[in-house]
This record gives sequence, C-alpha cells and structure tokens, in this order.
Amino acid sequence: MTTLQNKTALVTGASRGIGRATALALAEAGAHVLVHYGRSTQEARSLVSEIQTKGGRADAISADLGTPEGAALLAKQVRSIVGNRLDVLVLNAGISKSARIADHTVENFDSLFAINVRGPFFLVQQLLPILCEGSSIVAISSAVARTVVGKPGVDNPSILAYASTKGALETLVKNWAAILGPSGIRVNAVAPGVIDTDMSNFTKTDAGREVALGMQG
Amino acid sequence: MSKLAKKVALVTGGSRGIGAAIAKRLAADGASVAITYAKDATAASAVVKAIELSGGKAIAIQADAADGKAVKGAVEKTVASFGRLDVLVNNAGTAIPKTFEETTLEEMDRVIDINLGGVFAATQAALKHMKDGGRIINIGSAVGERVQTPGLVPYSATKGAVKIFTQGLSREVGSRGITVNNVQPGPIDTDLNPASGDWAVPQKAATALNRYGHVDEVAALVAFVAGPESSYITGANLTVDGGMNA
Repeated sequence: MTTLQNKTALVTGASRGIGRATALALAEAGAHVLVHYGRSTQEARSLVSEIQTKGGRADAISADLGTPEGAALLAKQVRSIVGNRLDVLVLNAGISKSARIADHTVENFDSLFAINVRGPFFLVQQLLPILCEGSSIVAISSAVARTVVGKPGVDNPSILAYASTKGALETLVKNWAAILGPSGIRVNAVAPGVIDTDMSNFTKTDAGREVALGMQG
Repeated sequence: MSKLAKKVALVTGGSRGIGAAIAKRLAADGASVAITYAKDATAASAVVKAIELSGGKAIAIQADAADGKAVKGAVEKTVASFGRLDVLVNNAGTAIPKTFEETTLEEMDRVIDINLGGVFAATQAALKHMKDGGRIINIGSAVGERVQTPGLVPYSATKGAVKIFTQGLSREVGSRGITVNNVQPGPIDTDLNPASGDWAVPQKAATALNRYGHVDEVAALVAFVAGPESSYITGANLTVDGGMNA
C-alpha cells in the first residue's frame, strides 16, 4: 500500500509508543517521515534505520516541545528538510501524570499543558505556511478527554490534569478544522483508550490497575 | 488488497447511493456481499453484476427495510447462501426533508420504521450468526450528533437514536469480540440528498470543506471499520462529514 508515495509527514514524539508505530505505518505507506524526538536519541535513530532498511525514507529531528521556543525550532528544521510542503502532521508528543489531586504540583500542571497543548498550538501556527490543500493534521487525543476512568476518589490517583489537556486539544482540533477547512486542510483527532506503551505502565501498578479496566489495546 | 478475504457482508439498501458504494468497496476488499433492496430490482442487479465483473461474489435480496420480518429473512438468506456473516452494514435509511410541522404522522412512522426498526431487526438477526471479529456498522448521520440545518427533524431524531444504540450495544457484545460502530456521513451527493437540490445550500455552507461528499468517501471509512485494523474501535461515532460537526 503506497497511498502516501511522495508525501511528507512529521510525527512528534515518534521515538516510541504510538508515535513510533505511526511513523512506521506512514513510512510503509510511502511517506518521507520526519521522526521527531525530545531526548530519546538512540531510539529515534534506530527507528530511522529500521525505516530505511525497509526501503523507506526518514530523518530524525529533535526539539524540546516543552520549552516556549521548541515549536518554532522544530518548525524551522522541518521546513529545511521538506521545503514548502508538509502533507501530514501527527501531533503525538505528549506526557501524562497519574497522582492524587493533592499530589499535583504547579510544575506538573504547567508541563502537561506546555507539551500537550501549547506545543501543538504553536507547531500548527509555525507550520501553517507549508500546510497546503490536501494536507492532513492528526492530533492524538485520548478517550479520557470525555470520560472519567478508574475508581474516582480523593485518595486515589487520577489523570484528571492530563485528561483536561486532551479536552483542550480536541477543542483546538474543532477550531482548526473549521478555520483551515476552506483551505482544503483536514484536521482530526484520534482518541485511543489504554494502549500498551511506556506511558500506560502505571496501569500495571496496583494504584493504576483500575484505570485500565482490564483491557488494553 | 484483500483485507476482507473469506468474509461475508450484508449491506441493507445496497442498490444505490451510499449502500451501493459500500457493497462494491467491501467486495473489492475481498468480501462476499449480499445487498437488500426495497423496489428497484434492476438497480440491485446492476450492483451485483458490477461486483461480479470485478471478480467478486454478490447476491441481491428483496426486503423492505421497514419490514422487520423481511429484514430478518434477508439475514438468514445471506447466511444460507454464503455460510456465515461477518459484517452487517445497516445502511438502509430514509429522510423526508420538510419542516416538522408539515410532516405527517405516517411519514414520521416510515422514517422511524426504516431508520430504527429495520436496524434493530437486522442487527438482532445478525448477532445470532456473528462470532469473534464480527462487525456491526450502522450508517447514522452527521445530524445525529448536532443538527446544523433545518428540515430533518424526524430523520435526525432517528440518527441520534442510532448513535446511542451503537454505544449501548457495543457494551453488550464486546466480550464476544464483536465491534459496533456508527459511521456518520455529512451531506453526500445521492438520490436521497442531491447536491443540486433545494436543501443543499445550507448543508454545504455548514461544512468546513464547503462541498458535498462522495459516496466513495463514506465507503472508504466503512471498509476500514469492517476490516481487521479497526479491532480496538467499538462504540464509536465516526463522522465523515467535511467538518460539519466541527
């Protein structure tokens, strides 16, 4: 299946988990994939090798999307590689936190919003000049944007702050879709349930087990 | 590409429009396909021929979607002909575009009988034959989420019901590995809702892409949901509506 032949794609947070699987799938479909990573240099490079060994095209680029300038720096690198057209943008990079309400710090909260909401917002802003008719933006949201999972309780760990970032992201998706639609740019969110990756490791602990409800994708 | 090789699909209302496109696409993906039709035997047989010409297998079964018994019979006939049933696409549906106050009670009943009654009957009959990997795919509507345009009140009410039916049923059959999903098209250019018709202007304006959709654009999503890659998607309401719900 080479439906993305000659297309360019950026996947943020592609060194592992959902981002990694997405980058592989896009490369298999024929796209030239930009594998973005924050700190996992080894994993990102090994993914690029894997894609190239299978006959695909990929480059690894790094930027800390948690910093205010991160999105602009990443966009600059993207433009230097793909030139004036990005066909697919997968906003996947994200962090999570599971803790009691009382155990969330201001820093935890700010980091969650910086990476999960501010990063995507400014990345889209900075990449707008090279998103064209037919381009597609996919934001990785979460099922928990709209439902509360696990056993809610003041003394139980919760992912409420994380969930609120995904609610914010979905609202951005709707607005982007309405605003960019007339230019032929589609914007959608994919909301996974609990998927077996490093991020969901907390569901394998006693405290987090309730959240997964016994079923993982 | 044969993601549905060895699978059997039943598409209600498959003689034209979205249903015909779905039937052809599922057959192209390798499924043996049965379609039901109410009155147009010629159109139904044309769909079957088109599938056979491309190397696929198909049959057409006469069954008015408002008649629960007939619909049940169509499910049984599908299983009798092909030996199994893996995918049910509840596509048959109707709309009578006019203001609510001008709609007669008989017209309302007809919309309810086809869009809801027929769906219940087909699904219940199909579940008797479905196993792990089975797919119930309801064709709801973008106006079953939010109603952006006038003239579709009874129709949108039934499509809102289809949304919750999807969610509720998904929980009852999930442990058997059967997924239940709701594909919600926006305005698609068909006999039921022609892009050149009177009611088209406000619908087009309500989309972000500023155009009607094509039947193949709906069939593509249905094909994905019918296939093996959608294995973790259930109870989902999937709009394919040009951004009408954005």
